[in-house]
Order: sequence, then C-alpha cells, then structure tokens
Amino acid sequence: MALVNEWAYIGLFFAVAWIFPLLPIIGARFLAPAKPNVIKQSTYECGVETVGDTWVQFKVQYYIYGLIFLVFDVEIIFLFPWALAYNQLDFFGFAAGLLFIFFLFDALVYAWRKDALEWL
Amino acid sequence: MDTVCSINNLARCLVEGGFSPDLANLLTLLGGVVLVATIPLVTVIFLIWIERKVAARVQDRLGPNRVGPVGLLQTVADALKMLTKEDITPTGADKFIYNLAPVIAFATVILMWAVVPFTPLHIGADVGIGVLYFMAVASIGTVKIMVAGWSSNNKYALLGAFRTIAQLLSYEVPLVLSLLIPVMLAGTMSLQGITEAQGGMWYLFIAPVAAFLFYVANLAETGRAPFDLLEAESEIIAGYNIEYSGFKWGMFMASEFLHAFTAALFFAIIFMGGWWGPFVQEVPLLGALYLVGKTAIVYVFGLVLRATVPRVRIDQLMALNWKFLVPLAIANVLVIAFLIQVLKALGLMPVPGADIIAHLPMTVVMLLGNLVIIAVAMQVLRNQGREEKMAQEARMAARQQRVVKEVRTPAGAPVGD
Repeated sequence: MALVNEWAYIGLFFAVAWIFPLLPIIGARFLAPAKPNVIKQSTYECGVETVGDTWVQFKVQYYIYGLIFLVFDVEIIFLFPWALAYNQLDFFGFAAGLLFIFFLFDALVYAWRKDALEWL
Repeated sequence: MDTVCSINNLARCLVEGGFSPDLANLLTLLGGVVLVATIPLVTVIFLIWIERKVAARVQDRLGPNRVGPVGLLQTVADALKMLTKEDITPTGADKFIYNLAPVIAFATVILMWAVVPFTPLHIGADVGIGVLYFMAVASIGTVKIMVAGWSSNNKYALLGAFRTIAQLLSYEVPLVLSLLIPVMLAGTMSLQGITEAQGGMWYLFIAPVAAFLFYVANLAETGRAPFDLLEAESEIIAGYNIEYSGFKWGMFMASEFLHAFTAALFFAIIFMGGWWGPFVQEVPLLGALYLVGKTAIVYVFGLVLRATVPRVRIDQLMALNWKFLVPLAIANVLVIAFLIQVLKALGLMPVPGADIIAHLPMTVVMLLGNLVIIAVAMQVLRNQGREEKMAQEARMAARQQRVVKEVRTPAGAPVGD
C-alpha cells in the first residue's frame, strides 16, 4: 500500500508539474497584445534575411558522441544493481564488477584510439 | 478521535470528518503535491535576485536595488512585465512543439522535487529508486532544448540544439558514474536512505572525487558557466531560446535557474548529508532549514564561479569530459569498490547508524584513496599540459623562422636582429 502511495504521489506530481507552467502561459495569452506582422514574425538573424533551409544535415561528430553515450549509459545502468548490493558482495563480486568495468573502459580506449573523441 | 489534526494524520482526520477513505487519501496526496510543487515556484523568484546580486557584486556593481527592499521584488516586476509582452511565433516554426517546449522545460525541473527528502519526517515520495528517478527526470532536460532549438526554424537555435546533444549527453556519463559511489556506500538508491546513511559522516569527506565529478557534471548538465555553450550569447546570440518571447522565454530562464538550484539541492542531499544537523532528531522541521542552508552554500559557489570563469570551447568541453572526467570516474569507482572490500576484510566498515567516531577509520582510508586518485590525475594533467605547451612553442618557433625567411628573400639583404 505504501509503495502504491509513493507512485500515486509522483503521478499526481506529474499532473501538477504540467499545470503550473501552463497557467501563466495561458494567462499571458489574455493579457499580452497580439499584433503580428510579417517582419515581426520573420526569423531572427541579426537583421539579415535568412538564407536557405534551416533544417540542415548534422555534423557527423554529434552522431558519434551520441553512439558512444548510448553504449556507456546502457552499461552504467547495469552497474546500479551491482552497486546497490555491493555491501553484501564478497571479493568475487568485486572481481566481477572489475571485469565489467574493464570492458566498459575498453570501449572508451577503442573509441579514443580510433580518434572518435576528437572534435574535427 | 481526540487526536490533533496535523500534516501527519491529515488523512485519518478527514476520514473521521466524514470523507470516504479513498477521497481522503487523494486529498492528502494532492495537498502534499501542491505544497511541495509550490516551493520551487517561490524559490525561483529569489534565485534570480540572488543571481543578479552576486554577479553584480563580483563585477563591482550594485545590482537590482530599486523595486522593493534591496531590490527583492525586481523579479516580481519582471514577471509582471513578461506577462504583458507580445508572444511571437516565428514563421516556419513547428507550432505545437514550439509551444510545448517551455512547458516541458519547467515541468521537468519541478518533477525533480517530488523525491526530495526535506526532513527526517515523511514529506514527498520516498521511492526506492530515487537516484534513478533523479537521473531520468534530469535527462528529459536534454529533450526540452532539442525540441526548442529544432522547432524554432532558426539556425542559431539549431546550433544551440546541436551543441546540447554533444554536451548534455556526454556529461551524463560522469554524472551517473559518480552517483554509483553514494549508492555503493549507502546500499540503497532511495534519497531518504542515502541521507540517513550520512548520519556519521558526509560523503563529501568519504568520496571527494565523486563529489567533484557530480558537481562538474551537474554544472554542464544545467548549462551554467563555464559550460554554457548551448546559449552562448556572444557566439549564437541565445542559442535554443532565441526566438522565444514573453512568458515562454521567461519559462526557459526560470527553469534554467531552478535547474541549477535543484542540482545544488541534490548535491547537498547526496554528498552533504541532506537534513542532518544538530537537534534534527528532536525537531525534524529543522532539517529543511539545514538542507536549504547547505544548498545555498553550493549554489552561491556556483554563482561566483559563473561570474568569474570564461566560457570553454566545444572541443575543449568534449576533451575534458571524455579524456579526463570519464576515465577519472571509472578509476574512482574501481578504487572505492576495492577500498570497501579491504575495509570489510579489516572489519573497519561502520555499522549503519554508527556515530562519527566509528566512521573515522573508514573516512581516513577513503580520503587517502581519494588523494591517490587526485595525485595521479594531477600528474597526468601536468604531463599533458607540458606536452601541449612544448608542441605549441615548437609551432610558434617554426612560424617565426618562416616569417624571417620570407622577409629576407625578396629584399636580398639580411635583416638586422
């Protein structure tokens, strides 16, 4: 019962957290003036007219960082159960964790040696 | 029947007052939610004032001092002004997502407060995976900036969003790795449990390297100087929020300040003992006061840092993370894990609830281990710095020689030194 209450609390919090920022934005809709015109709504680029399409291709470096992050983040989540039970683990538990983290580090060294971490 | 109604037994009181148990439960929960969710809203007004005051003092100015006593109501005036500002949606913007982004921004920051243990008493939710909840909600912050930058149909905004991917994703790795240490030491992921486990000794003293990593990664996660690349004013004007105006812009600003404060709050909970302080067991409400005090120390430190250090370049930012912080975080996890095993073998691990004296041997061993990590890291940095300096000097010398040669050849006569 207690556990259900905790998550019910977070569920309610979720609803309230969305309502709070919505209120002033909706309020501003009634208070603020609305006199749009073409120049006012043009894309801001320091007074220069914008050229070409905005939604261009990414620099590939961003993808590479994204991929490395994904590898790390997924693996670190697997480390949390290990850390949680660490007080009850013996030396074998430490060795297993060591091996896992070694493979994690291995991936970092690989990416490093392949120059994936250089900002080109 | 004759119990006094208070926060602790509100649900029972309502039932006795004639409500059905389910409704009473819901009302109690809702009351708690609104109470806790209002705290950040009130806090943010003072945060912006403190931010401006500290920045002004560092730069030898006075800061806001006209509206209200010592300028305290300046932010209220600003909020009222923002309410009456015209809300502009640029042409070509993806309207639905564009309007959604500021709401996401503020909602995610408020959501983090759901699991904050304010006092030893039970206020808010004490979920068993509090640390994971914090990380999960904090990383939705990446989405808000991506969404805002992408939907604005503006190249500067998109550049800011690009940088966000690189920066916020990367710095999440040391953040999560540094959070492994408190979980390991406390044996629980609940934030209330981590706080209780620090009764004898703060984790700041047991694991200073983890605390440092958490602090730096949080600076980057919240986009504060020197890591405020996603909204670098001098390069990409304002980054992801360039096209926003009126209260939507205000939402972004407020959520940024609040996120920085929330990060300081979690630093105080996880590494500085949360609500622990003198007489906190007798008067539990004092805990909230201690927590706010500790948070204020961490937060003001961040403000002074923001006002004094220059912004880093993006390649430096990435190199600092992947080539220094991540290896350091991994080494830190291994060293602490090893030290815990050694301490357990020696029988020096204090039992839960032990006092400060029982924690001393463990703290000393852990501190020594951390000092070794720091010494090795400093030596690596020093060597790398020396190498880079020598490479740069060699480049400069080569360039100078080339210049001298170019001057000599056309003139035909040697140039005097």
